[in-house]
This record gives sequence, C-alpha cells and structure tokens, in this order.
Amino acid sequence: MSLLYTADHEWVSNDNGSAVVGITHHAQDALGDVVFVELPEVGKTFAQGEVTGVVESVKAAADVFMPVSGVIMEVNEALRDNPSLANTDPQGEGWFFKVRLSDPGQLTALMDEAAYQAMTA
Amino acid sequence: MAFAGQACFARKTAMRTSTAATWSALENPQEFIARHIGLSQEDEAHMLSTIGEASRESLIAGIVPANIRRSAPMDLPPAIGEAAALTELRAMAAHNRVLKSFIGQGYYGTHTPGVILRNILENPAWYTAYTPYQAEISQGRMEALVNFQTMVCDLTAMPIANASMLDEATAAAEAMTLARRSVKVASNIFYVDDQVLPQTLAVIRTRAQPLGIEVRICEGPQALEGESFAVLLQYPGLDGVVRDDRQWIASYKGKGGAVIMAADLLALTLLKPPGEMGADIVVGSTQRFGMPMGAGGPHAAFLACRDEFKRSMPGRLVGVSVDVHGKPAYRLALQTREQHIRREKATSNICTAQVLPAVVASMYAVYHGPQGLTRIAQRIAAYTATLAAGLSSLGCAPLYDSAFDTLTVDTGSPAAARAVADKAVAAEANVRMLRGTCIGISLDETSTREDVQLLWGAFAKADQTLPQWDAVAQTPGSLIPAALRRASSFLTHPVFNSYHSETGMLRYIRRLSDKDLALDRSMIPLGSCTMKLNATSEMIPITWPEFAQVHPFAPADQLQGYAMLDEQLRAWLCQATGYAGISLQPNAGSQGEYAGLLVIRAYQAAHGQGHRNICLIPSSAHGTNPASAQMAGLDVVVTACDSHGNVDMDDLRKRCEQHSANLACVMITYPSTHGVFETQVKDLCALVHSHGGRVYVDGANMNALVGVAAPGEFGGDVSHLNLHKTFCIPHGGGGPGVGPVCVVEDLVPYLPGHISTGVGGTHIGSISAAPLGNAAVLPISWMYCRMMGEGGLRHATEAAILAANYISHRLHDHYPTLYASANGRVAHECILDLRPLKESSGVSAEDVAKR
Repeated sequence: MSLLYTADHEWVSNDNGSAVVGITHHAQDALGDVVFVELPEVGKTFAQGEVTGVVESVKAAADVFMPVSGVIMEVNEALRDNPSLANTDPQGEGWFFKVRLSDPGQLTALMDEAAYQAMTA
Repeated sequence: MAFAGQACFARKTAMRTSTAATWSALENPQEFIARHIGLSQEDEAHMLSTIGEASRESLIAGIVPANIRRSAPMDLPPAIGEAAALTELRAMAAHNRVLKSFIGQGYYGTHTPGVILRNILENPAWYTAYTPYQAEISQGRMEALVNFQTMVCDLTAMPIANASMLDEATAAAEAMTLARRSVKVASNIFYVDDQVLPQTLAVIRTRAQPLGIEVRICEGPQALEGESFAVLLQYPGLDGVVRDDRQWIASYKGKGGAVIMAADLLALTLLKPPGEMGADIVVGSTQRFGMPMGAGGPHAAFLACRDEFKRSMPGRLVGVSVDVHGKPAYRLALQTREQHIRREKATSNICTAQVLPAVVASMYAVYHGPQGLTRIAQRIAAYTATLAAGLSSLGCAPLYDSAFDTLTVDTGSPAAARAVADKAVAAEANVRMLRGTCIGISLDETSTREDVQLLWGAFAKADQTLPQWDAVAQTPGSLIPAALRRASSFLTHPVFNSYHSETGMLRYIRRLSDKDLALDRSMIPLGSCTMKLNATSEMIPITWPEFAQVHPFAPADQLQGYAMLDEQLRAWLCQATGYAGISLQPNAGSQGEYAGLLVIRAYQAAHGQGHRNICLIPSSAHGTNPASAQMAGLDVVVTACDSHGNVDMDDLRKRCEQHSANLACVMITYPSTHGVFETQVKDLCALVHSHGGRVYVDGANMNALVGVAAPGEFGGDVSHLNLHKTFCIPHGGGGPGVGPVCVVEDLVPYLPGHISTGVGGTHIGSISAAPLGNAAVLPISWMYCRMMGEGGLRHATEAAILAANYISHRLHDHYPTLYASANGRVAHECILDLRPLKESSGVSAEDVAKR
C-alpha cells in the first residue's frame, strides 16, 4: 500500500474508503523536536483543507490540514502521550488520525512518492 | 543639526575664552542634546568621511526619498536644559493634588519598600534591560518573574500563571478569549457579574464586539438565561461584598462553561482562593504589591489558569530548563503560542507586558513573606470591620455584612452622598461616589486609625458624636465570612522566607541584577526596538508624589497636572508624526496597533463600509500585525516581498484589485523591518486609498523618521508609536510600554474613550483600564521632547541613521548587509548576512550575537 502526499506535508494511506493521516519525514525534519500535538475530536467531520489540529515543536507551531474530506474515526492516543513519535517514526507509529472518506475521488489529486520527493528536493 | 553643532562649539568656546562667550553659550539650553546623542562632532566628521558623505544633511538627502521629506520642521518649544525642564515639569505636577485615596476600584495606596524603590524601580540595572529574548543575559530578571508566577499560583491556588499582563481589564478580556478558545460550549454569550469593576467591563465590551461575542450582565449567583461559554466574577466584588459562590460555580461548570474570577491578590492571603472554589481562570492586578497608583499605571496584572488551558494562554511564561552544563536555567517557555510564530493564529497580540512592575510586586512578596502579607491584610480587614462598626453606630450601616477592605454605604440621596464626598475632600481625602446615592470606601496598606476616624467624621451629621475607638474596636476582627477564610498555606518556597532583613533583600536584588545585562553596562543592539538612553532626568519625575500617588478616578480638578501633560505631549507627538489626533491610552504598542485598527473599522462602519474586512499585510511584517488584525475581526491576506525585502508592488496591486470592495486597510512598517526606506511608499499609500482602504503605518521604526519624515504627511492614516522605543521610556526588562495611537483628521472622533470621562459619541470605547493607560511613565517622554527640541530630536534620528550606515560600511567586506536601498544605504538598522561566514567557518549568527 503506497502513500499519497499533500503540498502541506501530510501523508495519507488509503485503505478501501478509510485512510490514515500523518505528517511527513520532511515535515518533522523541518519542525524539529515535536513537543505537543493537538488531535481532532473523534466523530467530527472536516472538509478537505480544514485545520484538524496543531503540531508544535520547540521552535515552531504548524497547523495540520485535512488532506481529504471525511469523518474522524480514530486518533493516535499514543502520539498525544508521546509526541516525539512524530519525529522517530512519522510515517508509522507517529500517525495522527484515521478518516472515513466522504469523497474518495479527492485522492487522485494527491501526489505520489516521486512527485512529493521532487517537490521537497 | 545646527543646534547640536552650536552646542558642541559653544561648550568649547566657553572653555577657551570668557571674552568671546555669548549668553546662549553660557546658559547652554542645548546641554542635554549632546549628552543624549553621545557622538562628538569629531566622531561624526570621521564617520561621515568614512562612508563618503559631506554632511548629515547630504546623507539624509540620499537615503530618505525626496517625496516623503517633511514639508516643515516640527513646531516644538526650543530645547531647555535638564534643571530647567525639571523645574517646568514640577510646576505642572503641582497642578495634581495628592489626597488620601479611599476610592479603591482596583487602585490602592501601598508602601513601596525603600529597598525596592531605590534598588529596582529607580535602578537602571533593572529598568533599562530589554525583553528577555536572550536567556543568558536575563537570568536575574527571569528568576524574579518565576517568583512572580509562583506568587500568583500560590495566592490564587491555580497551577499555572504567566509573567504579567498589561492591566486587570485587558487580562480579563484575554481571559474571555482564552475561555472562548478552550471550552466546548458553542455559545457566543459571555456573562459579566454586576460586581465586576466598571473599567474592566468597558474593556471587555471593546474586545468582545469585533469577535462577535455578546456580553450580558448578571446580578449575582442566579440562573443564567441561555447557554454561555463563560462568566466573569469579581472577588471581592466592586461593592466590597465577599460572596460564597461555590455551589453556583459548580452548577455553572456542570453545563460546560468556564468560570473566570478577577481577584484581589492581597485579599487572597485571608480568603479561600479561587482555585479552591472551582475557578478555571483567575485574573487581577498586583498594583497594591508595592507599585504606586500612578494615575492608573504602570502596574502588573496577572492571569492564571487550569493546566489544560496552558497552550492557549496569552502572554509570556518563564520556565526552568537546563543550560549546556546541565544546570538549572530560566528561559521563556511555550513560545509557540506567541505572535512571532503563530502570526494571525496567535492566542493574543500581547508582547511587551509589565515586567518592571511585576518584578516590584514579586519583590514585595519576597520582602514581606507570607506572614508579613497576612499581617498587612489582617490589619486592613480589622480597620475595615472597625470602620463598619462605627458607621453602623452613626446610622450609616454598609450594604453588605461581608467585606475585606471595601464598604459601600447608601446615603439615601444624591445630596447626602455629595455632602459626604465633599466633607472627605475638605479633610484631604477622596471617597468613591457610585449609583448616585452610594459612597464606596476602600482601605489599604497605608490606612491608619486616624483615617478610620476621618471617615467616620465624613459621614457623621453635625449633631452626632464620633464613636470611641475602644468601644467599637476592642479586638481586631474582620468581616470575612467564616466559610471563606483561607486554610491553605502559600508562599512556602524559601525565596519568600529568606530575605526579610534589609541587608538580605539588598543583596538578593543585587545578585539578580548582576546576572542581567542592561544599558548600564553595555549596548543592546536589537533591531527595531533600538534602545535609547533613558536619562536620569527623564526618570526622576515618575516617582514624584504628584505623579505617582494619585488615583486615576480622582476628581478631574485634582488631576489637572496630568491633563496638561497629556495635552502638551499629544501636541508634540502630533508634530513628530504629522497626524491630527492622538490617544495616549494604549499601554503597549500592541494595544495601540489594535486600537488603530478598531478606529479604522469604526470609521468605515459609520460610513456604510462596515463590510470591509480585509487587511493586507506584507510577509515581512512583525507578527503582532496579523495577531492584532485578527483581534479586530479582520481577515489577513499576506502580500509578497521582492528579493530586496521590499513590498512587492505588483503583488500588492493584484491583491488590492482582488479585494477592492472589501479592503479595510494595509499594514506596513516604515522604514521596513529590513532597515530600508522603500522609495515607493507614497505610491503604495495612494494605491490603497484608491481602493477605499486605509493605510496603517506601524511606528516601530519611528527612530528613523522623527524630524525627517512624518507618516501622517506621506499617506499614513493611522500609526501607533512606541514611546518605549522612540521617546525614551525604558524597556523595563519587558514593559511597561506606552503605545499611543495617532490618526488623521477624519478618524479623530473614533479615538479611544473612557468611562471616567463620559460615554457616548463615536469613539471605540476603552482600550485600557485607566484613561491615560500607563500615565505615570508619560513624564519620561515629556522630558525627552522638552530637552531635545526640534533640532535635538532630528539630530538623534540623523545620528541613528549615520551610525547604522557606518556599521554597515565598516563591516561590509566581511559581513555583507543583506538589504539596502539602490545606493547601498540603510535606514537606522541593518541586517548583516552571516551565511557566507557560516559556510566558510561554521560560525553561526547565534555564535556572533552571543559572543
């Protein structure tokens, strides 16, 4: 299962109508040590591009945007307790939330690995 | 320029030969200019020749665009010397009458301990320090601020407190928005108890309006109509009542709203603290902890809250970290909430706070300790109970049975109330008149037995004999309800229990100041907040009793000295900026900026243009700009800068066209934050005006403009000044500041108003708790202008520009200047590019800055 990327440095893994969302390696590297994450409420609906929460590092604060419209199904409680997971394993243990997609068609507009690498190069 | 040149020349002439002396040379009214500027005539000549300029005039002509040069010199009174200026100001101060104050309402008499007065409030090692951005040169101040935070946490019984707010009213308004961000209740209704101080309510109304918050008044603990996100209570109340609202608080919080309590810190030594009553946020003033009333400020307010709210709380926080050696060290904490990082999404626009008054308040607690503070509070409570007993025996029983320091008596008629107030004034004392027939009396640390008897006398009818002290005051008591007496301990940390001898206190203060760097030891070359000399002669008047010991709500006829100061200073600042009207009320630059945007919005609303809600801000702007715009209910649209750091005019034109119908304003900083006089500023202003928008010129860089160019002349509609940057008020280690808001003619009717000077009209309401904001530091700027005159002020600007260009030129071969105008010149500051150095040697900008 390959990951898709947004220009705002979120990644999305698509799994049959639901998706896992997190921030990219590039994003965590730019932010530095992550000390706090604000996660969305489970059950809340967000449109694509809306702010779902915040990630704060020792030197910056950044909004986390909704990469694809949908309803929050689950959030990563382990990340809330241990925000450094976003640094050590941003595209694995450091995931942010799971979404039930309301418009899976939006996925086609996201970047693939190669396109994202080219953008951040 | 001629003035200073003459001054230097005159001094030498006078030394060499007495026969050639003129009266002007001997009397030397420009004596202060040379002391302020520091560069000698020889220094200037050398610097000018180094950078290849013939004179200061030619330098300025080559830097400041010709189309924005002033049309005429500032019309200011000619400079006079230090002694003459002090004499003139003393005569003005004499028009303030210092009466004993029983007015209360948030401002109380206090004894500033001498050791604190002389070694902190009047000591440049404390008052000339900059904001604690560089932790390694601010450890002493930050320890004092941690003491402040600990003091607030202990007395309020809350888990976290910040390192000061601007005043109690703005702290309450910030608490309102903190609650709005933090609770889940969807309502936009905010309740304010009718026992809340009226100046607090006024500021809350101003702040609530652009955010779409509806403010409702509630009368005590009753069922509230509809859902609301928070309620504000005063503890003790405006009338002095000490109410046990615990059950009501619990039931209110059960519905999801937040409870904010505005509390009196001294009362909390005796009262059950808000944290034990269920408060979510606690605000208040620390004024009565050693800071004189000063006609309203500066004083440090505080804001404490539940731990869950900490990432949303406004203001600065000092935390304990570790240094490179693993030893404990202080630093600013949780800065990602702040506007320099989060910009329009910041939790607040507050940056400068009230560090110097906060240090004084914390030291007052260190000096007295928990026992000392309790003794002071018990004495006040006992005098209050005695006063109440005597008044009752005179047939003037207070409205409430409970009290800490304040009683309210209903005299039955306006005439009777007036008679009491007049009798008090005749005895050199002020009481508070309220609701037509009532008299409020607040006692404080300075109150004595004689004062209690004086007050009995003010209420006693001609045929009544005054109560006998021994009959009504056999043993000291209090009117604090038993259920609300404090049981928990506070200020148990050793720092509050160790320095109770004067020697110990003196050495503690000295030990902390030795850890800091301030202007008494070195320059602090920090960007747009360029530090100026804070001359001793400018500082002396702020502790004169006529300025320091008067209440902001004393009758107007007792505050005529302040009225004259206000009027003269505003006239001079209008000259300096080219604007038509000014309000000195905003007590920080951020507040002036916010007020200015509200003025623009109020004007547009009054002219059928209330829909204009777009604020254009260049990407290079200081983070406070977008944060203030957001608070004023504006939507921020960021415009680009070109590779030279200038506003990208093509992008700005595009944005103006795109948002033409809804363009409220553009906010620019001039000269730019990159230290450049952008040549197209006049075109920029004309462009924005052609789309119906107004131009906000951030006054952060007025150091480069005074006497040379005036924003009000070249197209600005509104500016704020930072008197703590350009007009010599010291930074105080991070406050107090003063941020006057200056406007062109058609905006004058919308400048801030105040409840004490009447309501109604078109003004935007109150920005600060007190009518003149941080009134007590205004004499500093008055003295500066009076001693410099037109020539001196302009010379200071020219000297700053010369110095920046000299530095840029001398360092150029090794440290290129990043941004400059087409002819290679900079304004009053320059940004050095250290990237080549880092690439070649690994030495970073931080290494150089912190060397």
